[in-house]
Amino acid sequence: MTLIFFYLRKFFTILKNEVFVLPYRVAVLLFFAILLLLPLFTDDPYLLRIMTLTSIFAILAASWDLLSGFTGQMNFGHALFFGVGAYGAALLNKYTGLPPWGAIPLGALAAVSAGLIIGIPCLRLRGTYLALTTLAFPIILLGIVFAIPDLTGGELGISGIARLARSRITSYYIAVVVMLGLCTLMWKITDSKIGIIFHAIREDELAVRASGINTTRYKLLAFSLSGFFAGISGGLYAHFMRIAGPSTLEVSLSFQVVIWAIFGGIATIYGPVGGVFVLFPLMEVLRFWQDYRILMFACIVLLILLYMPDGLFRWLREKTEKECPRCKIRNVALRETCRICTASLD
Amino acid sequence: MSLIIDIVISGLISGSMLALLAIGFSLIFGVARIVNIAHTAFYMVAAYCIYFVTQKLGVHPLWAMGIAVVLVTGLGLVSYQIFINPIREHHGAVLIATIALAMAFQEVMSLIFTGTFLSVPSLAKGFFVILGVKVFYQQLITFCVALFAIGVLWFFLMRTKLGLAIRSTSQDREVANLMGINESRVALLTMGISVGLASFTGAIVVPLAVLEPHMWTHPLIMMMAVVVLGGLGSLKGSFLGAYILGFAEALVVFLAPMGAFLKGSVALSMMILVLLIRPEGLFGVAFEEER
Repeated sequence: MTLIFFYLRKFFTILKNEVFVLPYRVAVLLFFAILLLLPLFTDDPYLLRIMTLTSIFAILAASWDLLSGFTGQMNFGHALFFGVGAYGAALLNKYTGLPPWGAIPLGALAAVSAGLIIGIPCLRLRGTYLALTTLAFPIILLGIVFAIPDLTGGELGISGIARLARSRITSYYIAVVVMLGLCTLMWKITDSKIGIIFHAIREDELAVRASGINTTRYKLLAFSLSGFFAGISGGLYAHFMRIAGPSTLEVSLSFQVVIWAIFGGIATIYGPVGGVFVLFPLMEVLRFWQDYRILMFACIVLLILLYMPDGLFRWLREKTEKECPRCKIRNVALRETCRICTASLD
Repeated sequence: MSLIIDIVISGLISGSMLALLAIGFSLIFGVARIVNIAHTAFYMVAAYCIYFVTQKLGVHPLWAMGIAVVLVTGLGLVSYQIFINPIREHHGAVLIATIALAMAFQEVMSLIFTGTFLSVPSLAKGFFVILGVKVFYQQLITFCVALFAIGVLWFFLMRTKLGLAIRSTSQDREVANLMGINESRVALLTMGISVGLASFTGAIVVPLAVLEPHMWTHPLIMMMAVVVLGGLGSLKGSFLGAYILGFAEALVVFLAPMGAFLKGSVALSMMILVLLIRPEGLFGVAFEEER
């Protein structure tokens, strides 16, 4: 009993001293709470559907960030992982009758192997060469998909695969919980030693190599991790929409991922997730002006970039927080002195 | 036999189109490090511009080409000044700004002209026959004009002072600046030349192409493949790479079953194969790493 009280007290102390002191931590907490409690307040099928899709794409954008934001391996063909995950899960489900919980991870493993296959030739390229080359892979696969319509359904895709879950709310919870879990996992990965090496590879690969780190192995690790997460989101998408079509491999999806991630702010994980949660529902709101939808979307992205070229969430964080010059602890921008070491913040 | 001629004609035309586009793309990348996704969107806008001027206003096609090139170049410079120049130091932001620009152009065009397929009559009607294959005069004109334009551009870059400034800026921005070259003005000028080339390509290709708002995506992918294959920043590489990929596409379309679907795949696979052997492309100049 006392043990429970001890842990409860510890939990509240952490909540009070570590979480409530910084606005962005409160925002993350609120984000978790709102997403998990949303079905209690509304069961509007349209809203739940949008939020489910948003969560699925949030995984995709965060996985792009893991590869391109952190490791600096600009990937313009992220739709490849998504598409392989979607087609993999759909084919497994349709031809072997594997239920979604088995088909999605196996589809993601297929995406990992795709990541390794494109990772190995791409290791020799860097920067813009890499970006322009990776653009090619989903298009090559798309050509193959169209060329063998017996297996892949060609233009129509594979339809009639199993539902993610029986009810709408269960599907919502599956997508949201998987999204929150995987994004936390990705954030943990990028916060660990591996994440530091990823950062370092982006900044100066030669220096990392000189420190005795096998950068090839780490870059391949980044490709396969990113492929795995993107593959999971592809599989979720296929089972949620009950179709895996050529749209999952299109160039526009690859571009869309880049827009979401850079709009939110790269090399942060929370940035791309937030970017999707801002931009994807925005697209739905703009549906009221159907004809002008994409135009307005493009204009909003252009205008926001003019003022916040580092991304929306990085900009917000910069405005609301200050780093203590002495102990490097982050503080609310309103404070005069640091909350830990009381050094004055300028 | 006639199949071979068909392949040669189709390869030459798409090759010259890709060469013009790729040279423009690679110029602005070299000078300002801008990966301009909107490059082929300018090509699309120019094509629509010609359609509008000739079909709706009844201007002679030759004049229409001039008007289109001037207007689209102006458009390119204005959008560069407003949207790209202020954030030029942030490469990621520039990248999605150009994607957003391309999307915006596509939407504006589909709002004005709707999504229906349009076409423009050719400059010269008629055809002649080589070994039983019809060769339209328009195809000949497009090919010759494209070659001529590439020649003029080569002369401009290699033999004039401005060309020297552009080449030196793309080799090393800081040193070029120290030598008294106004780097931002060169970047603006190069943007103008690059967009001008894109719109010129649109102008000469439009009689052979079908106009629709999505007509920019396929050339974009092929153009990027050409640039990577030939080596970024190499004029010769872009030129050769364009014809290699143009012929690869033509061969697949005419010879392979389901060729129309596979043409992009085969051309891009070729690019990847070349990159496996030579990571910097055929004639790649190793850009010094930016720190």
